[in-house]
Amino acid sequence: MKLELRNSVEVNVEILVCVRRVPDTSENEIELNSAGNDIERDELVYSINEADNYAVEEALQIVARVGGNVTVATVGGEDDEEVLRREMAMGANHGVMISDEAFSGSDGKGIATILKAFVQKGHYDLILTGVQAEDGGAQVGGMLAALLDYPFASLVNSIEVLEGKKLKVSREIAGGNKEMNEIDLPCVLSIQTGINEPRYVGMRGIRQVAAIPIPTFSASDLGLGANAVGETAAKVKRVDYFTPSLGKGAEILRGSREENIDKVLELVAAKGGLK
Amino acid sequence: MARIFAYIVHKGGVVDDSAFELAAAARKIDAAASPTAILTGWGADLDAACKTLGASYPEIWKIANEALTYPNAELVRKALVKVLPSGGIVLVPHEHFGIDLAPGLSIKMNSAFVSDVLDIVGVEGANLKVVRQEFGGQVSAHVRCDISSGAVVTIRPGAFKAVEITPGGGLVVDKSPDVGTLAAGRRYLETVVAEAGDVDITKYNVLVSIGRGIQEKDNVAIAQELADALGAAVSCSRPVVDAKWMEKSRQVGSSGKTVKPKVYLACGISGSFQHLAGIRGSPFLIAINKNPKAPIFQVADVGIVDDILEFLPELTNKVREMRSVA
Amino acid sequence: MEGIQSAAQVTSWLVTGRILFLTIHLLGVVCFSLIVAKRLVPLVRAERDFRFDQPWVRLGRVLKFWLGQWKHPRYKLAGTLHIFIFAGFIVLAIRAFSVLIIGVSRNFVMPGLSGRAGPIYDIITDYAATIVFLCMVIAVIRRLVFKPARYAVPARYGKAHTADAIFLLSLIAILMVADSLFAAARAAAQSQSSQSVEVLAAFSLPWVLQKALVATALPILGGLYFGAYLVHELTFYFLLCYRPFGIQFHVETSLFNIYFAKLDREILKPVRWGVSDEHLDQVKSFGVKTFEDFTWKHMLDFYSCADCGRCSDNCPSNAVGRPLSPRFIGIKARDYAFQHYPVLGRVNNGAALIGSKDSGSIYSEDEIWSCTTCGACEEECPLLVEYIDKIVDLRRGMVDEGNVPQSLQKPLKALESRGNPYGKMEKKKAEWANAKEFQQTCRVKTLDNRNGAETLYFVDSITSYDNRMQSIGRATAKILNHVGENFGILGAAERDSGHEVRRFGEETLFMALRDHNVDAIQASGVRRIVTADPHAYNALKHDYKDVPPVEHISQVIAREVKAGKIKFNPVENESSVYTYHDPCYLGRHNQIYDEPRHVLDAIPGLKRVEMSHSRDRSFCCGGGGLMLFYEPKEDQRMGVKRVKMAAEAGANVMVTACPFCMVNIEDAIKVAGMEGKMTAIDLAELVDQQIARECPDLKEEQATEIKECVTASSNRPG
Repeated sequence: MKLELRNSVEVNVEILVCVRRVPDTSENEIELNSAGNDIERDELVYSINEADNYAVEEALQIVARVGGNVTVATVGGEDDEEVLRREMAMGANHGVMISDEAFSGSDGKGIATILKAFVQKGHYDLILTGVQAEDGGAQVGGMLAALLDYPFASLVNSIEVLEGKKLKVSREIAGGNKEMNEIDLPCVLSIQTGINEPRYVGMRGIRQVAAIPIPTFSASDLGLGANAVGETAAKVKRVDYFTPSLGKGAEILRGSREENIDKVLELVAAKGGLK
Repeated sequence: MARIFAYIVHKGGVVDDSAFELAAAARKIDAAASPTAILTGWGADLDAACKTLGASYPEIWKIANEALTYPNAELVRKALVKVLPSGGIVLVPHEHFGIDLAPGLSIKMNSAFVSDVLDIVGVEGANLKVVRQEFGGQVSAHVRCDISSGAVVTIRPGAFKAVEITPGGGLVVDKSPDVGTLAAGRRYLETVVAEAGDVDITKYNVLVSIGRGIQEKDNVAIAQELADALGAAVSCSRPVVDAKWMEKSRQVGSSGKTVKPKVYLACGISGSFQHLAGIRGSPFLIAINKNPKAPIFQVADVGIVDDILEFLPELTNKVREMRSVA
Repeated sequence: MEGIQSAAQVTSWLVTGRILFLTIHLLGVVCFSLIVAKRLVPLVRAERDFRFDQPWVRLGRVLKFWLGQWKHPRYKLAGTLHIFIFAGFIVLAIRAFSVLIIGVSRNFVMPGLSGRAGPIYDIITDYAATIVFLCMVIAVIRRLVFKPARYAVPARYGKAHTADAIFLLSLIAILMVADSLFAAARAAAQSQSSQSVEVLAAFSLPWVLQKALVATALPILGGLYFGAYLVHELTFYFLLCYRPFGIQFHVETSLFNIYFAKLDREILKPVRWGVSDEHLDQVKSFGVKTFEDFTWKHMLDFYSCADCGRCSDNCPSNAVGRPLSPRFIGIKARDYAFQHYPVLGRVNNGAALIGSKDSGSIYSEDEIWSCTTCGACEEECPLLVEYIDKIVDLRRGMVDEGNVPQSLQKPLKALESRGNPYGKMEKKKAEWANAKEFQQTCRVKTLDNRNGAETLYFVDSITSYDNRMQSIGRATAKILNHVGENFGILGAAERDSGHEVRRFGEETLFMALRDHNVDAIQASGVRRIVTADPHAYNALKHDYKDVPPVEHISQVIAREVKAGKIKFNPVENESSVYTYHDPCYLGRHNQIYDEPRHVLDAIPGLKRVEMSHSRDRSFCCGGGGLMLFYEPKEDQRMGVKRVKMAAEAGANVMVTACPFCMVNIEDAIKVAGMEGKMTAIDLAELVDQQIARECPDLKEEQATEIKECVTASSNRPG
């Protein structure tokens, strides 16, 4: 995509985007499994976490304006490689897999610890994550920043590169207002959906990057002991999934459409809704 | 039992509703809890906020620092780290400030972190058991959090019913001297106010609110016709704004407007918490949705499982009929 | 013997006519050749296009469309005018040569015309010149006074073309007058001296002029003779060299454009000619991004456009105010070629075709996404210009760059993961057939290892998943049952046909969907395919290879009606007036116009009217497949216009044979506020509703497999 230069600063920013493969939000029906302790995972289709995709697009647009490279990384396994490839097809220069059996069962802090070790192996000016994933945790970005002692901003919906290793970012706050901040590099930002319009990536694009090697970093590569990550180190664990009983909930109107309409108008009038 | 702190969000001397919801959450963690409110800020506004809490919290820690005039989460975190004792449970509302502050705070406090909590089951040994939601509210989950070295917990706004902690007392403790000078790699510049649209949805008693179920921009007219007939305004959820079917000024939700109507018609809205967070004051909530399993039906007062694209026009016709007769 | 000197002999300013005209001829021909050579430069750099096959078929089409002017009468007045002008030009061509050579060799007579053929030919050409002249006058009046709407140039495309048109029309008129004056002056001079007078056709232009000049003095006649000749020469060569700078280039290029025109309109241009599907990965760039990515034939199309505006006049996108006008897709590209490959000056090229005006782009993204590929433009174009392939190629370029509107990315992603644009689960694809009450009346089997069948009913995505369209699926199944068809569906193994995926430029995803479907179809062992979805029909017929022959349900019904296997109950509602809306992919693209009409006419008591735009002039409902997800900028919906056309025709029930048409029309009825005044029904639904159900003659084997269906009244669409 040809983008117009918004600012003429030629800075070269090394950007790392931490991404995650999640069950797709709109192409799945999330239901409990028959045992009732987990969701039904058999026929799920997966894709990159929506907010992470916006983050990668934002990173690509930044380097198109001011120069630099985009690396996408994920903590996961073989199955997760497909999202790395997809983002590389989108334009990311490098893909990195961070994988080790010792990592499984990590909680948010565990993931952030793993990412921190990876970040310190390289040199990144800017680290982006999506604001949250399907579990709604919204934590890894903030934790990573604190572990690295980098400044942090969440819910970012615009980024401008300034001279002198600084960014001007806006955060989405109540009422649709924007909180403008100046933040020093290196920093961590969590990106809100809607910040841009991500470009399309199809099967052809992925095929074109299919042969590019994706290096894997293990626990020992990152110097991580088992006590810092994984299930044993995790302080937060999900016990089960359940659907709450609909005890207190809406009174579902079960009449014909006409009857329902009449009832609705009756109630609206009673509550002072009809002048 | 660990000490419980509640971070109080305030603006212009007025305390946010979440302050009292956090108190309720604290009571659910420990029925005998005596949570401490903690406020940061500067000047008269901070003092006024502290005063408001007098009846609701036994102890109020005040951190007054000029750098904290605007609540910059990076600075607030540094201040809190200097003041908070380790091992405590810190409650924060799960909104744009809490999301910014809490995760990093948990790292600096070396405590556990669990976010967007809807309900608290209780303390079991060294663990706090809570209820969260995943997949946009489609399923709930029980989560266990090891609180032996403390925890930072963000609470979903509106999930807990506001309470006052009795006895109150409102003893204000000035913790400002413990903080010293504050500096951070992020500096607040200004707040850009969203452009005022033609319609201010916060001023209406009845809102016809549409979600993704409206399916396309042209169908917004269907909701507008109903709104016109009722003397109401059309508001919407976030996906409708993202799809550019309505202006941002119409969005109800945590990143949109907060509304307090008498009647709220949620049409084709699934009921994600971010949207519901924008509805305050317990209006009469009528939900119309094709999907009988939509989370909205759990919070609505009355629900109708139907296709809004067919239901709304008929409803509009009925309203017009009624009006022409009246 | 007195008389006037032949043009060759006249001497002016020390130059004899012969030398003068020889020079003019030379300059003219050389200029023209250089200009044409420059015009060919971009074609030489263009992508290849395989157009040299089947020369006899191509020649046949030249006879039909070029010589026969086959498409022209679709617009009666303009068509007739053009036929006369064209015929006149053809007839005058030989005369033109003779006249040119006379300037150099005064006694020249065209071989073959020295005997009796000569004067006969001359009389014909006299009339030809007259008719052409009159046509020019009428054409100028049309342009200046009546100003047909389709010639207008919307502001965003620049200034009007009227001045240029008048200029050219006038020059042709002058040519005719000069030619006539030349002959008239000579004849007048001959009658004054005692030379034999050549006969001029009575009441023709030369004849009229001759009568006017009969008493003019010889020297003046000589001057007029020479002057007319000079004007004729100069005008002739000026026109010759001017034509390649504008729309008149079609005079030269039309024959070639028609010769090289696509033989099978329904086969979409491959991504790259000569590169098979398996090797496409090696192609660096898909689609058209710069001008040079077009093939030479597409560039020839740009040169050949005569700016008649018939395409845009029939384009539904244009009619509803979308930013698309097919005419200007061509004109803008032609202007781009003229500007970047100038006759004088350097070639400068490489700008992206799609983008912002500031960066030199000529098309906007919305312009290219707005096309529903309905084919109305291609149906009209007298020069057989191809539009759909260009739009698809431009879309391929955008997809390759990742430049896809957000509203289309979701369904594309869903097609990739779930095989349908709605993101619904594969295992739910056959749910429409498995509803309990329906199963009891009509069992639909899913083809797999245990179940086989003769015929496959290819349902496709919208009929499978959309609550409203599922009733079309059920109606179709019941009809197939009724006529004793041994059929089954693919169920979860069926993917979207990919018809729009391909036409929206996502070739790779299309191939994945197609290959999956072809495997599933071949594995099922069926020998025939039936579908109620014209887009699926078109895909299976033209985009897919190695699948059994496919029919649309309307063809099946029409055949069974004719054979007496389907009988209808009479229409109950006396006040219903029906009209049939031709779906683009059934009608215009596949010429299936009559079968649905035969079916409707076989229903007793059914009153049917035709809309003003029907059959090959049918007006697109708004588009199907991915087009349902695209959010265009438009003044009005196509469906709304169509519903109003139905009302104008006096109908209150619209019958269509396509689920996408149904979506758009039912939607439009609501948007237009015509609920209660207009309803829509699918052909299969109507047939199912009206079928007279007595026991058909079932063979033993069929009877055990097929259950009888209950009367249709319980299944009337609500």
